[in-house]
Amino acid sequence: MYPQELRYSKDHEWVAVDGDRGRVGITDYAQNQLGDVVFLELPEVGRTLAPGEQFGTVESVKAVSELYSPVAGEVVEINSELTSKPELINEDPHGVAWIMVVRITDPATVAALMDAKEYQAFVESEAK
Amino acid sequence: MVDLRRTPLNTVHRETGAKMVPFGGWDMPVEYAGLISEHLAVREAAGLFDVSHMGELEIDGPGALAFLQRVTANDVARLTDGRAQYSALPNDRGCPIDDVILYRRSAERFLMIVNAANVEKDLEWLQSHRPSNCELRDVSEAYALLALQGPRSESILQTLTPIDLSQLKFYRFFEGEVCGLGALVARTGYTGEDGFELLVAPDKAAELWRALMAAGGEKGLVPVGLGARDTLRLEARMLLYGNDMDETTSLVAAGLGWIVSLDDGKGDFPGRQVLAAEKASAARSSLVGFEVVGRGIARHGYPVLLGDEAAGAVTSGSYAPFLKKSIGLCYLPSARASVGTDFDVEIRGRRVSARVVPTPFYKRPR
Repeated sequence: MYPQELRYSKDHEWVAVDGDRGRVGITDYAQNQLGDVVFLELPEVGRTLAPGEQFGTVESVKAVSELYSPVAGEVVEINSELTSKPELINEDPHGVAWIMVVRITDPATVAALMDAKEYQAFVESEAK
Repeated sequence: MVDLRRTPLNTVHRETGAKMVPFGGWDMPVEYAGLISEHLAVREAAGLFDVSHMGELEIDGPGALAFLQRVTANDVARLTDGRAQYSALPNDRGCPIDDVILYRRSAERFLMIVNAANVEKDLEWLQSHRPSNCELRDVSEAYALLALQGPRSESILQTLTPIDLSQLKFYRFFEGEVCGLGALVARTGYTGEDGFELLVAPDKAAELWRALMAAGGEKGLVPVGLGARDTLRLEARMLLYGNDMDETTSLVAAGLGWIVSLDDGKGDFPGRQVLAAEKASAARSSLVGFEVVGRGIARHGYPVLLGDEAAGAVTSGSYAPFLKKSIGLCYLPSARASVGTDFDVEIRGRRVSARVVPTPFYKRPR
């Protein structure tokens, strides 16, 4: 269910690390909890984020959910396709619907995240 | 945690894979396949809703008509057997204790469908006004309520009943058989589409649900949760009690002056004088429909600003799945509530512009 190559936060964000770059999105669990996504607020490129810092919002028809950075870093790219096609978040949350790419400034913040198996267990405990 | 109440269809919803949520003390389906697809199915084909949490009250006896005239806003004398009427129970300030649908089964037998959250409050209010020559009973437990809504509703339901539905007009009802089960079938709804609401005995609800789904499967009928029920009613500018109106908003301010009867035969009822004065001039404020012009979704409770002046809050607001816009309702001072008026909604600290637009936002093609 949850891709092995990703790391996961308790706020239900994932990060795919490639060198000092981290691609960030929300998990399948998060999109499923939200329902049909219709609106996103994305951060500006160049913004510096602390781990756990709010960097945007994702809204479904019924709910607003804040996005929290899973790592420390600087925003280097945002997925502007999501602005016109927010439904991609529901369709492919771990793939094409990545939200932003950050330059990771503190690798220790990556090491603190969960792997797929840990995240799966975390989600199951949340569902109870 | 308090145990949630379950409708007779709870098991059916769980088997169907509904996402269940607590709603006013009830365990209710908020969505099945997804809110947007359910919303669009109702606009384009048909949807089936479980609204068994709604309350039903029976008012019977020789004094029933006179009693109902004294506690409701609309003119009950306009009802004949088999007709239903949208109405409200006003307090002495002309504000609704609840909004209701009243059904005349015979000259001395009426049924009132009330909001789930208001059953006890309504009962208490009605009991305190009830004369001895009529009876009032809470029969909510005796009924399940299903709503079949959408342009294909008639053709779906017609396969299950001998009654000629083409002869059943809007806000009329009949009591007869649907797939061999006794039901009260009304041509009413809360979506802005053609459709029916069906009252049946609780132990027959699952059978009726399955029969309707089987009959409608090829016609695009899908189960619809409370999520899409809310967005459908908002597009049609149908009000939600507790959000768009309550015991502090007058019926005229809410745009419900059309259910306030000042006819000679109607007689006195709570708030009549206030409402008559407001109908003659205007209420201080008016509920308006708006579109968000800037980026964002205005939601219930978000502050409304006219210039730098606080002007209350959004009463209902959502992304509208059929119209693909962000829409909502709010009260504005009547002098500044005309179509085209610009104002701001504060969306999580950010001011976003909005504009008063004509309502209903959505009107079905006829």
